[in-house]
Amino acid sequence: MSAAVETPFRRLVSEFSTSPVAVGAGIAVVLIILAATFAEFVVPQNPYDLASLNILDGSLPPMSEGFEGNYYLLGTDEQGRDMFSAMIYGLRTSLLVSFIAVTSAVLIGMTLGMFAAWRGGWVESLIMRIVDIQLSFPALLVALILLAILGKGVDKVIIALIMIQWAYFARTTRGAALSEIRKDYVMAARCTALGQMRILFRHVLPNCLPPVIVIATVQIANAIAIEASLSFLGVGVPITEPSLGLLISNGFGYLLSGRYWISFYPGIALLLTLTCINLVGDQMRDVLNPRLHK
Amino acid sequence: MTQPVLSVRNLTTEFHTKAGIVRAVDGISFDVGPGEVMALVGESGSGKTITGFSIMGLIDEPGKVVDGEILLNGQNLRGMSEKKLQGLRGDRIAMIFQDPMMTLNPLLRIEEQMVETVLAHRDVSKARAREMATEALALVGIPSPAERLRNYPHEMSGGMRQRVVIAIALMLEPDLIIADEPTTALDVTIQSQILSEMQKLMAERNTALIWVTHDLTVVAGLAHKVAVMYAGRIVEYADVDPLLDQPIHPYTSGLISSIPSSVPRGQTLRQIPGMAPSLLNLPKGCSFQPRCFAASEQCGVSRPDETNVDGVRRYRCHNPLEVA
Amino acid sequence: MLAYLIRRLGQSVLVMSVMATIVFFGLYMVGNPVDLLINPEDDLAAQEAAIARLGLDQPILVQFWHFLQGVVQGDLGTSFVHNQPALELILSRLPATLELAAFAMLLAVIIGIPLGMFAGLYPKSPVSKGIMAGSILGFSTPNFWQGLMLIMLFAVFWRVLPAGGRGETAELFGIPFSFLTLDGLQHLFLPALNIAIYKISLVIRLSQAGTAEVSLQDYVKYARARGLSTRRIVGTHILKNILIPIVTVLGLELGSVLAFAVVTETVFSWPGMGKLLIDSIGLLDRPVVVAYLMLTVFLFVVINLVVDLVYSLLDPRIRTKGKNA
Repeated sequence: MSAAVETPFRRLVSEFSTSPVAVGAGIAVVLIILAATFAEFVVPQNPYDLASLNILDGSLPPMSEGFEGNYYLLGTDEQGRDMFSAMIYGLRTSLLVSFIAVTSAVLIGMTLGMFAAWRGGWVESLIMRIVDIQLSFPALLVALILLAILGKGVDKVIIALIMIQWAYFARTTRGAALSEIRKDYVMAARCTALGQMRILFRHVLPNCLPPVIVIATVQIANAIAIEASLSFLGVGVPITEPSLGLLISNGFGYLLSGRYWISFYPGIALLLTLTCINLVGDQMRDVLNPRLHK
Repeated sequence: MTQPVLSVRNLTTEFHTKAGIVRAVDGISFDVGPGEVMALVGESGSGKTITGFSIMGLIDEPGKVVDGEILLNGQNLRGMSEKKLQGLRGDRIAMIFQDPMMTLNPLLRIEEQMVETVLAHRDVSKARAREMATEALALVGIPSPAERLRNYPHEMSGGMRQRVVIAIALMLEPDLIIADEPTTALDVTIQSQILSEMQKLMAERNTALIWVTHDLTVVAGLAHKVAVMYAGRIVEYADVDPLLDQPIHPYTSGLISSIPSSVPRGQTLRQIPGMAPSLLNLPKGCSFQPRCFAASEQCGVSRPDETNVDGVRRYRCHNPLEVA
Repeated sequence: MLAYLIRRLGQSVLVMSVMATIVFFGLYMVGNPVDLLINPEDDLAAQEAAIARLGLDQPILVQFWHFLQGVVQGDLGTSFVHNQPALELILSRLPATLELAAFAMLLAVIIGIPLGMFAGLYPKSPVSKGIMAGSILGFSTPNFWQGLMLIMLFAVFWRVLPAGGRGETAELFGIPFSFLTLDGLQHLFLPALNIAIYKISLVIRLSQAGTAEVSLQDYVKYARARGLSTRRIVGTHILKNILIPIVTVLGLELGSVLAFAVVTETVFSWPGMGKLLIDSIGLLDRPVVVAYLMLTVFLFVVINLVVDLVYSLLDPRIRTKGKNA
């Protein structure tokens, strides 16, 4: 295949690259994901293997050397845990939770949204009313109440996140699907009752994907932020699998005594991750939004 | 001759855009005396509206008046401080915009918009300002003006709104009014009503008027003088009757022959071929040459200078039509 | 208009009952409040008396029926922990939260609108670019971490403001408020700012976009052509026009302030209803959680209604449309 072939994917990549900021953010996101995925190989210490912790190295400020000559770039917590290592592991939990939640929410939301658009009538009204009502409440509050019902745990947090996010995808998918379903050829196909599934999957579904991808990107950032807030409030992930939010929460107690780094650096990591994902999402919206193309 | 109210000399306005420099107004000059009505005629994009805004000092970035003089009662407006200009705008020079639907602020009552104009220029009480507003509305023929003051713009028809705008222009008895196609957006019947009222009021109050329009039919009954603009320049300037009877510039002639009433019934209307040129990419030589029936070789080479016929009438053309 | 109002109210009642049902049954399935609330060292009779007093011995449907009866009468049950009517308990915390929310909104408006309008009027100025970049940061920073950083800077490093609590309060109409005393104001500032930063960013975006758009309108140029001062044009002609979307969005955001308040009140130990909710969730104090939810839904309904009304006050065009319809 020659390099000159212009595939839709290539076009998207080249349009995405028009913003250096977005490209930088995109690279940062990839690096963050890699670091979180291969945390074991990136960090100097397994922060949850108690044997590797040295209590003598407790509460060291950033860039200090430990008792046995270990170097702690971002300092340590009370138990001598290397904050940099804890942060990367926390990042892994945060990313994993939100990724699973958003993927599931996309699947559920798209299915319901397409179903609503395809069936119409009272089915559509019912689904869309639920969506409207749910989206009129702040996501964090809904998640909080859900967790109050469900209890703590990684799985519970994921369920709560799915419950608050599916509605966005249902609404988006229905909108995009409707615009395709109203086209003549779909109408014709429905009359003959032939190849409905084929039309649904070959034509309607692809038409829904661009807006869903854009929303999914932004919602991953949202999910990370909400998970962090929930964990901070003590209703999120358990202490055995701390996310960034829980790390920050743990550091809160030390903040007043001036050991700022325990909360500060995980927060910076969180902020960086969110900002980069949002920047990528912004640019994706510009690239994928057909209304912006002349 | 009495001293002109407005005297424009070599006015040049440019827009610095990414695509290049656009000279929207290119060295134009004219005078308007007290009580005199000058029509500024041209197609869209000819620079007539920009001329109006240049006189008002309302050219925004990336535009700029780069050359010339704008003398109002002998006082040069160009280079005057924004503060002083603000004092003149709305007081000595008033402007009437094209679309009455967009001109008045939709969220403020007519009263508030009129009173604020008075208070910006006169040291009077609010009650007195309200009185002046009521009088002005009555002057332009709005029935029950005191009640109309309480209205919001959307509660009035387009013609009524334009009367309000005219009332605001007249309220402080300015020396000069610039009206930018004030009747184009209105129904034909309302148009002629407003035209004749304006004419009467101008004459009564000895106010100078610049009437910007693309419509030569309006010009005949209203104006004393006519300036025809093409691609930022005045291509012909004359008293109204000689200009309409015996146009010198082929463009003026083309404009006149495209008026339906100018040709006998049954004969096809003549039209000027082609479109107004882009100011970014003007043809070499005379800007009108590609569309001109009288064009010669010289027209594609050099831009015609201004020829003065009799002290008033002037034109820019290498091949002027015969003056009989 | 009236028909619309009635339909809206009917919808709200429906939403409230559905929410109540879900939450009531949901919470019932989690844990057993009996274990938590009853002293195991009491003898059996005392334990049973306590259970009977709280109504926990009855079938769930009966409990639900009693709950519904109570809701209609404005009785949302009694807190297991505080032994006080749940609604009364929440209402006693409500002023603190409302004070926080109101102050935050005030900050958002008085900081956000001028900054946003400046950025809209002078888009090329480096100051404007700084304002817009700052607003992006304000959007992305998680609320609770922002709160921690505010504490770190103002309370720990610079020691100029207190880290938490409500400070000294003074009573107005028999309700204690912080903003009436200097000490209270100092305590109020950081948590209010914490809630406000996101809103400020939002208001900056809205005012910037609005100002940029409205500035291009003919009526602004016409206002200039009438010789009005810049102050009058910006402060009346532009401001009035951009205020409509800002008020709408901010009004709808009032609801989310309640949600953000949960976080902020926890960070700053602000004794409002958000902190009460978190504490009650931790203690399985079911009536309080349910009452909080019912009250929140109620507040949402009221807020949405008020926003609609204010909207029509600001825009005379809507007002007449309503009259004609």
